[in-house]
Amino acid sequence: MKPPILEVRDVRKQYAAHTALDGVSLSVPDGSIFGLLGPNGAGKTSLIRIITQITGADAGQVLFRGEPLNPTHIGRIGYLPEERGLYKKMKVGEQLMYLAQLKGIHKDEARQKIKNWLERFDIKSWADKNIEDLSKGMQQKIQFIATVVHEPELVILDEPFSGFDPINANLLKDEILAMRDRGASIIFSTHRMESVEEMCDHIALINRSRKVLDGPVRQVRDAYRTQTYEVEGKGRPMVVHPDFEVVKHQERENGHFYDIIKLHAGTTPNDLLRYLIGPGNVEVHAFREMIPSINDIFIRRVRETHPDYVPTEEEMAVKG
Amino acid sequence: MSKTWLIAQREYLTRVRKKSFIIMSLLGPLITAAIFAVPVLIATMSDNGKVVAVADAGGLFAQKLPEAKDDISFTRVSADLATAKAEFKKAKYDALLYVPKLDLANPEGFQVFSRKGLGMSLQRDIERAVENAVETQRLSKAGLDRAVLDNMKADVDLQTISLSDDGERSSSTGVSTGVAYVCGFLIYMFIFIYGIQIMRGVMEEKTNRIVEVVISSVKPFELMMGKVLGIAGVGFTQLALWVLLSLGITTAVTGSISPEKIAQSRVEQVNKATGTTAVMKKDTKKEGNAMVQALRNADINVALIAGCFLFYFLGGYLFYGALFGAIGSAVDSETDTQQFMMPVTMPLVLTFVVAQATLTTNPNGQVAFWMSMIPFTSPIAMMMRLPFGGVPMWQLGLSMLLLIAGFVGTIWLAARIYRVGILMYGKKVTYGELSKWLFYKG
Repeated sequence: MKPPILEVRDVRKQYAAHTALDGVSLSVPDGSIFGLLGPNGAGKTSLIRIITQITGADAGQVLFRGEPLNPTHIGRIGYLPEERGLYKKMKVGEQLMYLAQLKGIHKDEARQKIKNWLERFDIKSWADKNIEDLSKGMQQKIQFIATVVHEPELVILDEPFSGFDPINANLLKDEILAMRDRGASIIFSTHRMESVEEMCDHIALINRSRKVLDGPVRQVRDAYRTQTYEVEGKGRPMVVHPDFEVVKHQERENGHFYDIIKLHAGTTPNDLLRYLIGPGNVEVHAFREMIPSINDIFIRRVRETHPDYVPTEEEMAVKG
Repeated sequence: MSKTWLIAQREYLTRVRKKSFIIMSLLGPLITAAIFAVPVLIATMSDNGKVVAVADAGGLFAQKLPEAKDDISFTRVSADLATAKAEFKKAKYDALLYVPKLDLANPEGFQVFSRKGLGMSLQRDIERAVENAVETQRLSKAGLDRAVLDNMKADVDLQTISLSDDGERSSSTGVSTGVAYVCGFLIYMFIFIYGIQIMRGVMEEKTNRIVEVVISSVKPFELMMGKVLGIAGVGFTQLALWVLLSLGITTAVTGSISPEKIAQSRVEQVNKATGTTAVMKKDTKKEGNAMVQALRNADINVALIAGCFLFYFLGGYLFYGALFGAIGSAVDSETDTQQFMMPVTMPLVLTFVVAQATLTTNPNGQVAFWMSMIPFTSPIAMMMRLPFGGVPMWQLGLSMLLLIAGFVGTIWLAARIYRVGILMYGKKVTYGELSKWLFYKG
């Protein structure tokens, strides 16, 4: 396995009376899409600003490809901040050129790359337009190009889908996957956990300045399986059984039913299926494991560590 | 460093290409030229003259009416007031002066009638004519001829020479004052105009939210310095354009109108304004020549002044520009800038006000000395002292050193505030808050 592209070790950051990061450690595998999840105000942006060297950590260490962060890494990282912005009165082409050069690319190289990107998005004709003459969606595209024009090894996207219309959001998703396929690593930061579940290979959950949980998505999910299954079918399934428990039972028309069944320890889904089609004497139409969403996992995880946990308004908003 | 250069380049190019910059660059010299040309034009086109009717009941003007001048002439009407009034109504006289029978020792009872009220200058001209006539009559009563008195009047020009260690240098207080004001004013204006441009530029980046993208590529300090230097470049370009164009235009203008004429029209204006009598008129030519002579001879150390001007121009701008940048970073909108602008702009305005009272009249006094040392005021104060000469080298050197230390200090201070401020939104910032920012770590 390749060494991680980014390692965060016990990073702390204090703002006046507020602790933004309290000993956060995580590791972003090379070539992965990494979801940095958590409610607003959890410390995601603070962490990103440390990784992008906008601010420094009070304590702890950040390693980029094994080296402590230093200015030479700036050109190898691309950053799309949550709050988007461009120089309104500057032409698209000049603006991209300027931002690319600030990342340390030579003029000629930058010109070629900008040309490629504009062609790729089929917006070559915009090059001489002022930013303020473009629609919001168009500006978002330009902003995205500005983030990746220097072909960074690590791309950090803070709430990337906010403000994108569905068409552009899809385009963005495709571009992100394409970038990963070309070998780049992507850090996704968002409070809308469900929106990136499907794309991320790894996730880390942050709450109230601390990391709550991290790991490969599959593994996290497995760890939080509840052994609960949805069953749909026809007939009258049992109500009481020593190996499992019916959490919810719904009668539907024409003798159909919908049950949520939780297996007791030691019972496998196959045991349940065998019972249903055997002694249970029902016709099974659907059988599906109820996989906890990252959102559910987040709430559960927080409850485990803080039994008296009451979600703040922000966190409630996430749940909804 | 190359990134600072890139940023400076962008700041420079976007501003220099703006229409407003081009318009200002062209208008500035035109206004300067106008300041020189308009008085000349007014003098040459001066109005066709007012006619004052004189009803001379007292016989004050029995021998001769007052001499006609460029814009005023006198004509005699009936000595009887009632008849004169009727004549005045018929004819197109501008004013009617009634001279009563008078006691030379205590002349009073003069009346002036006019249709729409008298202009200030016309009233003064008539008054002067009457005073002149009364004086002449008193003189002849005392057995003196007016011409004799005129010949006795002395006209002395002082040649002022500053005596310093470098030797004697003749100087001209008038020219020095002019140069002092021009230098002081240019620096004052430049700091204000371009300081506020820095502030706006910072605020624009902050409210546009582009700043986070930029500072993920460069250090906040580089961004701030790039901006400050780029805008300085804009200022220098504007100054250079103004100087070149002004020189061009004034050369063209003075080529067509001789400098003697300009000086003469100036002197006439001054005479009018200060109320010198018409007797002085014949001296005008001589005085005009003297003024041109003074301009030519004024031994101002041009190289020193130009060099210092550039230094204080840039130094003052850096000193204040950094502070303006810090203000821009700390606020969210222009309206919030007020509370922070005050302490920054006060010293500037103060210097300029004090300059009128003290600096030019006593350029080497205590106040002038201290103001030209303190970096808050020295860019303007020192430039207003220098044209008068007599500033010891050690003072100039110390002032420059202090200004350099000053702007290094303000830039350091501004950078501390700036790096926190540009990422701080939606917070009303207080001075207490600002001082905390100074000690934030990285």
